[in-house]
Amino acid sequence: MSSRDKILGQIRQNKPEEVALPAVTTFASDFENTEDKFREMLSAIYTEVIVVKNLEELAAKAEELYTGIANRATTIPALSGWADFSLNVSDPHELETVEIAIVQAEFGVAENGAVWVSDQYLPHRVLPFITQNLAFVIPRNALVNNMHEAYMRLQDTLGWGCFIAGPSKTADIEQSLVIGAHGARSMVIFLLENE
Amino acid sequence: MSKTVMEHADASEVFNRDEPYVNWHDETLWFVRQKRDKSSKQLPEWEQLRDAASGIKHYVLSHLDELLISFEQKAKENGVQVHWAANAAEHNEIVLGLLKKHKIDKMVKSKSMLTEECHMNEFLQKNGIEVIDTDLGERIVQLRNEPPSHIVLPAIHLKKKDIGDLFHEHLGTDAGATDPQYLTEAARQHLRDKFLTRRAALTGVNFAVAETGGFVVSTNEGNADMGAHLADIHIACMGFEKIIPKQEHLGVFLRLLARSATGQPITTYSSHFKKPREGQEMHIVIVDNGRSTQLGRKDFRNSLKCIRCGACMNTCPVYRRSGGHSYHNAVAGPIGSILAPNLDMTKNADLPFASTLCGSCSNVCPVKIDIHDQLYKWRQVLAKEGHVPKSKEIGIRAMSTMLAAPRFYQWSGRMGRTVMRAMPFMVNNALNPWYKQRDMPEPPKESFRDWYVRNRKN
Repeated sequence: MSSRDKILGQIRQNKPEEVALPAVTTFASDFENTEDKFREMLSAIYTEVIVVKNLEELAAKAEELYTGIANRATTIPALSGWADFSLNVSDPHELETVEIAIVQAEFGVAENGAVWVSDQYLPHRVLPFITQNLAFVIPRNALVNNMHEAYMRLQDTLGWGCFIAGPSKTADIEQSLVIGAHGARSMVIFLLENE
Repeated sequence: MSKTVMEHADASEVFNRDEPYVNWHDETLWFVRQKRDKSSKQLPEWEQLRDAASGIKHYVLSHLDELLISFEQKAKENGVQVHWAANAAEHNEIVLGLLKKHKIDKMVKSKSMLTEECHMNEFLQKNGIEVIDTDLGERIVQLRNEPPSHIVLPAIHLKKKDIGDLFHEHLGTDAGATDPQYLTEAARQHLRDKFLTRRAALTGVNFAVAETGGFVVSTNEGNADMGAHLADIHIACMGFEKIIPKQEHLGVFLRLLARSATGQPITTYSSHFKKPREGQEMHIVIVDNGRSTQLGRKDFRNSLKCIRCGACMNTCPVYRRSGGHSYHNAVAGPIGSILAPNLDMTKNADLPFASTLCGSCSNVCPVKIDIHDQLYKWRQVLAKEGHVPKSKEIGIRAMSTMLAAPRFYQWSGRMGRTVMRAMPFMVNNALNPWYKQRDMPEPPKESFRDWYVRNRKN
């Protein structure tokens, strides 16, 4: 007998009597102001939030923030004048020199400051991890209160997607928090007023 | 790593020799427990979330076969290859087989307690495969040639100086350096080189979703993603209890996991893998290794609800003062002490006794496992099956003789009180285990019974 059938057989023999799923598995979080909560959570995880009116202002702000940084990457067509690095690489390893990446994300979660990024806007999954510094752009009106609302919004995860909450961090050395373990050393979130 | 295994009580005694160190260990973990408290109190619905999580997991246990079959089918449709391993040896062979097929002899790994449970690193190394652990804490203990001492905080038992010395020796950092920022940067550079050059990456699985065939991996460092997105082949290993029915249920578990573990509202990265990226191979290994046996043990099956947050360890007064290594098991602490005897009763008979049964573990468990009740029940099973040490057995037999004979019990009490008063050295000495680390109490002049008999008439 294959291990698969052996395991499933033993499970069938040993599993408890059937019980139903709990009736309630989603909960509401009614924050006074969703965006304020989102900002509060992000400031606790070392992430700056910048509101920009439109894509021109975003480009100007990016230029100002990351002036002098040469290896830039972006997934946002409107920033093609700002980023001279081409994402047109066949091998993700070639992204190793990216210093700053500005990436389109789909929405943010107020209760924990996470943003959802996925294959939909990302030609290379490794980009938000391999870049030294990371910025996300999300529409200002694309915020949900909590993770239950997030999954209601996420009907399908496509091939891959990730909630990212702040820059990479570790506290493995005597519980001292250090920012920048393997992934991005810094994070900025641009809230875009008009799409 | 294959040193002679010391029993928990003996290992704790060694751990307790350095008092300032034990106090530091205790306080460090208590600090994490307090962060968990603070974080959980931010959510008014915390208790309902725990109920929901426990309920979903109960549903999972009673539908495990169907959920796993559905997961397998969906995963295959997504282009993921699914393997089944009945035990640790088979799991290790499957991983080795995949690496050999691709002629790969170097692999990066993100944290996976399952591969610790299977002693996979040792096995692969013996077969000529180099495995690099990429979680900073795991890399630290790997360089020290020892297992993690905590499932979430693998190097929690070490001080900055230990890590500074270790990195000086292995990574060439300055002698005497202890700055965590500096040491982490050195590890970042060292591991970045591994991520960029390894063709295979292995990750654990925090949650597998039956509905979609996808799975979630949570890290703070981003090491699972760095490994998986750069490698040609991604192998994800999961104990079969990691399955949950629907994607929407992730909302419940992701809200509980990090808050219970470290007090964070969510881990930095919660990565949802469903399909391999173009040109990549993705494999999932579903492992039993004793889990189906535990499923059949009515009193202990709830332990399979565990989501590996480590909250029970951080709060446990015994764990905090004895250290993870004293549990000689991949999963230490209260939950590990329930899981371990299922794997090997003889080897792990000491672990359910490594508890005060204070119940703190059950109180913080995000999926409401009755941990301390199960520890109590294991003691009875182990005694019945003859796994209790002779010294304890003799004591228990003497005790039951005395408690079964009221007159003998009264006489013994009187004798005891007299002896303790007249000749305190008879009990205050090294032969009496109760005298260890505590003073014996002042004996009362009379027992409650004597007092009651004397006062009943008034």
